[in-house]
Amino acid sequence: MMIWINLAGLILIGLIVWWFWLYQAQSTQIKDGSIEVLVKDGVYQPANITVPAHQSVQLMFVREDATPCAETLLIPELDINETLALNKRVTVTIPASSAGVYPFHCQMQMYRGTLVIK
Amino acid sequence: MNSKTDNAKAHTCCGGDNKVSTANEAVKSETHAEQVSASSGEVQLNIQGASCASCVSKIEAALKEVSGVTTAEMNFAERTVLVLGSSSSHALIKAVEQAGYNATLANTDSDEAAIEEKEQADWAYYKKLMRDMVIALSLGVPLMLYGLVTGEMSVNTTTERIVWLIVGIMTLGVMVFSGRHFYVGAWNSFKNHAANMDTLIALGTGTAWLYSMVVVFFPGYVPEMARHVYFEATAMIIGLINLGLALEIKARGKTSEAIKRLIGLQAKTARVIRDGHDIDIPIEDVLLNDLIRVRPGERISVDGLVVEGQTSIDESMLTGEPMPIEKRKDDEVVAGTINKSGSIVFRAERVGKDTALAQIINMVKRAQNSKPPIGRLADMISAYFVPVVMIIAVISALVWLNFGPSPEVAFAIVSATTVLIIACPCALGLATPMSVMVGVGKAAEAGVLIRNGEALQSASKITTMVLDKTGTITEGAPKVTDVVIASDHSHNDVLSLAASLESGSEHPLAMAIVESAKEQGVPIHSVTDFQSIAGKGVEAMLNSQRLLFGNEKLMIDQGIELHHYIDKAQRLAADAKTPMYFAMDSTLVAVIAVADPIKSDSIDAIKRLQHNGIRVVMLTGDNRLTAKAVARKAGIADYVAEVMPEDKANKILELQREGEIVGMTGDGINDAPALANANVGFAIGTGTDVAIESADITLMRGSLHGLADAIAVSKATLRNIKQNLFGAFIYNVAGIPFAAGVFYPFLGILLNPVIAGAAMAFSSLTVVTNANRLRLFKAKEH
Repeated sequence: MMIWINLAGLILIGLIVWWFWLYQAQSTQIKDGSIEVLVKDGVYQPANITVPAHQSVQLMFVREDATPCAETLLIPELDINETLALNKRVTVTIPASSAGVYPFHCQMQMYRGTLVIK
Repeated sequence: MNSKTDNAKAHTCCGGDNKVSTANEAVKSETHAEQVSASSGEVQLNIQGASCASCVSKIEAALKEVSGVTTAEMNFAERTVLVLGSSSSHALIKAVEQAGYNATLANTDSDEAAIEEKEQADWAYYKKLMRDMVIALSLGVPLMLYGLVTGEMSVNTTTERIVWLIVGIMTLGVMVFSGRHFYVGAWNSFKNHAANMDTLIALGTGTAWLYSMVVVFFPGYVPEMARHVYFEATAMIIGLINLGLALEIKARGKTSEAIKRLIGLQAKTARVIRDGHDIDIPIEDVLLNDLIRVRPGERISVDGLVVEGQTSIDESMLTGEPMPIEKRKDDEVVAGTINKSGSIVFRAERVGKDTALAQIINMVKRAQNSKPPIGRLADMISAYFVPVVMIIAVISALVWLNFGPSPEVAFAIVSATTVLIIACPCALGLATPMSVMVGVGKAAEAGVLIRNGEALQSASKITTMVLDKTGTITEGAPKVTDVVIASDHSHNDVLSLAASLESGSEHPLAMAIVESAKEQGVPIHSVTDFQSIAGKGVEAMLNSQRLLFGNEKLMIDQGIELHHYIDKAQRLAADAKTPMYFAMDSTLVAVIAVADPIKSDSIDAIKRLQHNGIRVVMLTGDNRLTAKAVARKAGIADYVAEVMPEDKANKILELQREGEIVGMTGDGINDAPALANANVGFAIGTGTDVAIESADITLMRGSLHGLADAIAVSKATLRNIKQNLFGAFIYNVAGIPFAAGVFYPFLGILLNPVIAGAAMAFSSLTVVTNANRLRLFKAKEH
């Protein structure tokens, strides 16, 4: 019995590692130079956004989550920090940048997303 | 956004066309009367009544017809229009109204309105969390007390099963009603392959509830000793975490007090003189070159230049300078400051987002959100934290099941739940930003503008502070003290010729000579072929004669004999004066000395820096003797004289090579390369030069005490961040093993999940409260 329980435990650990670290999440391709990102219920929707390199685009954030944590948007590599007012559309302009992966997150890193520029 | 607008433009329908032209004519004439000038601002309007997409083109056309408007672009989806140009907002609103729609000024530009909305939203969220807390604890507390008093929360009889089933359903109600946000957040994060605090709370409380329900429904499958329910833990944890979040919101509100105070400095209206009449208008409608009247006790509404009257103005709220500053014609006045004594009229020079106050607010806001490098480790840990805690919870449960005492299942469930609940990624995540928020705000209160978190951190580590002499240590307004004649020219002739030559230069020493000539009423002539010789002096032609003015190097280069005047010059220099030679053609005419007095508080401020273990070095282009005398008076042992402007930057690099962490303080313009090379560049502003690009930190008042304050605040902030990070690390590093039961073999106790919930809820509150302690910091006491 304990063997099966231990095996199940190990499989669970493996699943945690795969689901949260190894899995490559699908990315949403930006169209027409802008995209709306909903900040709600603990996540950015979409959280993974693909942006063309060397082209300025706009991310329009709409925060519907009153948690103070969600209020600040940080894109450290692009030196962007923005306050997202509740229930308002806040446009963040991403400057034309070279290819790379640029994470964005809230102040406490509970909300997280990635901007893939390629 | 644009595509929507373009699409909207493609259609044409709706009425109102006939109104547009007449409306625009009316608006045009009105805006001309309003003295439209060439400002370049942006105004956002909310549009009402635009029911179809084609209204877009009409509204845009109506706005573009308004004089001063360069572009008007409407976002139909949001019913907003962004107007660029130089017209007043009420002219724009009127144009929209006359085109058949309604418009209001979008409040996104109003900091005060944004703060108010945020406070309202926070208050609503606070109330919701408190209500959730009360509901959860209303169930959790009686259950917990019952358990403590009777020690009996197990399921053995059918009656107990029924009672606990009812309690279980009530707990589910608490989970759905008071803890819904945790479960929804956790599920959404999970779908996104992410995990956060919600994940831990949802898993912890969910595990406790599920296990309890298994005990209720299938007691036969659970060992007798493990038939314990944990509904009280689920309800208590949800209640306590909601309470912690609510208290955190309250505490967070205090961290932004400094920015609220700055925003509160903005006047709401201005008394503008139009057509000879004084009218009160909102400050959003003030145009460049508007004449504004300010009476004693009133706040200056926008930045401008005094054109009439004389007064003293309290600038302490921006610069930290306690003494009111005298202002007369042509002096600058700054938005947010208070007119103390007289009545003045000033001309608006910077309005809207261009005012110094608006720029300060913007800069402080941005800096408050930025992170110093010290926070990077915590960020990196945060990124992996939650899944690691989940793995630890699984391992903990397995260890208890394999090696734990009886009842193994109960111990496994309690330890896994407690591990999930006690772990607090929030405390780690909050440790740095909360302190930066308070520290940057605190600095702004002292007239110190910190560009970002990196500058804040670097400033706390400075070992050597390099100070430029002129304008930094000294007043920067030198005066002529001696004119030693070396020829047969009269005193006035020498002053007249020297001033004529120097009138083309903007160097402070040149300005002193011109000022002196003006004071004495001697004529100043026009010169030709003016040339500045970097680091040496100037030359020009006047009536076919070549005039030369500069230091000893210049005279030697030009082969001019100085004779015994070198000794005289040295004696002047030894007295902290700057002697310069004035020659005509190839003959020395005079030695002119100017002195730049040391600022009254420079000596004390330098002592403060030295007292804090910072080596102070003075750099100057001035000659050695003068530099030595000034350094001696200012209490500085290290000084470098006769430094060419470009060498200042090299000197900084040299100090860095010696292992020093170098701060450089200068005026931000001439010293830009040196400021850029330094680990931290400090620019001394004059109360309005807030956007000094090359500076990491801008001191809004001229006093060097601002420098000592900046370093003291940054040290205090870094200390606070370290305390927070240490506390958050230790809490998790000690709490998680304790929750997992690592100490059980030695102490015989396993942490209760309810206590873990309380600890978790209050760990982030502790971080915010500790950051708030910084608000009490007083720089000068340190």
